[in-house]
Amino acid sequence: MGVIESFRVALQSLDANRLRSALTMLGIIIGVGAVIGLTSVGRGAQNAVTDRIQGMGTNLLFVRPGSTQQGGVRSAAGSAPTLTMEDGEAIAEEIPTVLGVAPEAGGFVQVISQGQNLGTRIVATNAMYPSVRNHNVADGEFFTRQQVESRSLVVVLGANVARTLFGDASPVDQMIGLSLGPRRMSFRVIGVMEAKGGTGFGNQDDVVFMPITTMQERLSRQRTPGGQHVVGNLNVQVAEEREMDRTVQEIGELLRRRHRVAQDDFHVQSQQDILETANQITGIMTILLGAIAGISLLVGGIGIMNIMLVSVTERTREIGIRKAVGARWRDIMLQFLIESMVVSAVGGIVGIILGVAIARILAGLEFSGQALPAVVTADSVLTAFVVSAAVGLFFGIYPASRAARLHPIEALRYE
Amino acid sequence: MSMRATGRIGDGATGRRGDGASGAGFTPSPLDPHASSPGRPVASSGGPVIRLRGITKVYRMGSVAVHALRGISLDVYRGEMIAIMGPSGSGKSTLMNIIGCLDQPTGGSYELDGVEVSQLADDELAKVRNRRIGFVFQSFNLLPRLPALRQVELPLIYAGADDRRTRATTALELVGLTDRMHHRPTELSGGQQQRVAIARALVNQPSLILADEPTGALDSQTSLEIIGIFQQLNREHGITVVFVTHEHDIAEHTRRTIHLRDGLVVSDGPVANPRVVG
Repeated sequence: MGVIESFRVALQSLDANRLRSALTMLGIIIGVGAVIGLTSVGRGAQNAVTDRIQGMGTNLLFVRPGSTQQGGVRSAAGSAPTLTMEDGEAIAEEIPTVLGVAPEAGGFVQVISQGQNLGTRIVATNAMYPSVRNHNVADGEFFTRQQVESRSLVVVLGANVARTLFGDASPVDQMIGLSLGPRRMSFRVIGVMEAKGGTGFGNQDDVVFMPITTMQERLSRQRTPGGQHVVGNLNVQVAEEREMDRTVQEIGELLRRRHRVAQDDFHVQSQQDILETANQITGIMTILLGAIAGISLLVGGIGIMNIMLVSVTERTREIGIRKAVGARWRDIMLQFLIESMVVSAVGGIVGIILGVAIARILAGLEFSGQALPAVVTADSVLTAFVVSAAVGLFFGIYPASRAARLHPIEALRYE
Repeated sequence: MSMRATGRIGDGATGRRGDGASGAGFTPSPLDPHASSPGRPVASSGGPVIRLRGITKVYRMGSVAVHALRGISLDVYRGEMIAIMGPSGSGKSTLMNIIGCLDQPTGGSYELDGVEVSQLADDELAKVRNRRIGFVFQSFNLLPRLPALRQVELPLIYAGADDRRTRATTALELVGLTDRMHHRPTELSGGQQQRVAIARALVNQPSLILADEPTGALDSQTSLEIIGIFQQLNREHGITVVFVTHEHDIAEHTRRTIHLRDGLVVSDGPVANPRVVG
């Protein structure tokens, strides 16, 4: 008996037991649907994080202060006040592959404007920031090099801050008050940044940008023991991607020389490092979600085996008749294997449709104000289909071989 | 009973043409009128269809050995119509299973069409059942839900034949079921179901048809009709028929009766005045 004929026989007996076939499929449908739905959420999160990191700029390096060690007590990384404005200037001037350096210092302020009081974050930086961080002004303009040098009392608002304080009206040339600790000053708004999206800590839209010199001279006076101005971190843009590794090394050498330390008191991290770390985390999340859903697929497979075993018992006599008229071992084996594979493959296809629908629905929902990204990829669909067919094959083997091994006389005698 | 299909048998032109020269493997076509002349049993051109020598069968039930067959020797020739009889426990079911290649003897030799089959592996036995033996059972043993035509096609499917529909149709014509080809078993009477089973048994042009209590589930009128079909197939198409039964009524319609008792042949002789249906 050929495979095509086996298919026909298998389809006939599935058709003869429609309700049972459908219920068996249900396990696979739910399993595959869950795998596709959940992995699509994982992939969507991964894509969102990647977009976010890549949106920070191109060929970016981040220099952060390291930890200090005093008498055997190591403080947390990033906490040491070791990076300075002068370090940033040295990197920009002495390393030829560096396109630009935007230092960053931060703090929390209260913004007071038109009777509103909004707590937000300050990013104090220089005029290079928009080009280095690939974050442009939507309205008005960013502060210039001259404004930075003259410590002007100007600010550029993040998109959310502008919308919160001024609604749809343009805040350019409006005055706002900022208070940081006991100090309070008036600033002129000269621009509004374009929205970057994202939520939580580090959202670039809930920020007020001001010249770093203004911050250092007028609001915060943190200095190193040598009297230099401390910065939170340095954003370094490198001209060419292939020069990234060399630039990391050169920055390291330069800073070790400038800081006169044997042990690094700073970290240089590339955008790629951050991306990889983030991808690792979201990748693990995707696998975890997929694995949880995979358990339901496994349960579905066991369901198939269960039903197939019942079906073999129920059809013992049929198997006996088939054997009496000349069905060989492989004919019976093939018939039952194809039955279980058709159940799981059809279940897989319906499950894929269900999974895509779940992904669509999830993508339309919002959680805490942010759209949940869900991306169905071709490889996850293909994997789910192949896995479901394999589940059918694997869990079909045992019932099929039980059927194929039946002795014709005993099978014919079975009532 | 209906004889209307017999006139069209030769027209099918789908059966193998027996040329009588292919030796031990040759099977006369039941669908080919040239294979035999009506009314005359085809004499053994070669050896017997069935040749049993010292067949024994021992079942082990735990530590007890049950001797179901203690040494059966018999020959059945082409075109014969015989009944194997005996009370229950005589070993006739065991013998039928062995003749039908559903089971293997413990000892002895069984040649079917001159080929030793007592030592074949399961798949080879399946092939022998498919090509050389047609079964008719007491309980019809049709597959549920399949229409008659597909029931009859079943042996052809496992044989890998490609002109299944024509051959199955011809076989159904032979048993007079042309108008019931697309009915399912539940839509057929007992007699009609048994005719479907007979068509299924003869569709692959087997060396013999083995009928195990074929009228056991039928009323006496229908039983006679079924016996009539077997007689007609035997008479007009030279098909070898072996009944396994305990009903004397069936045996009287055959030409030779073999009696078994306690796993041995106790009598083997011609029927004095074979009755003919119709």
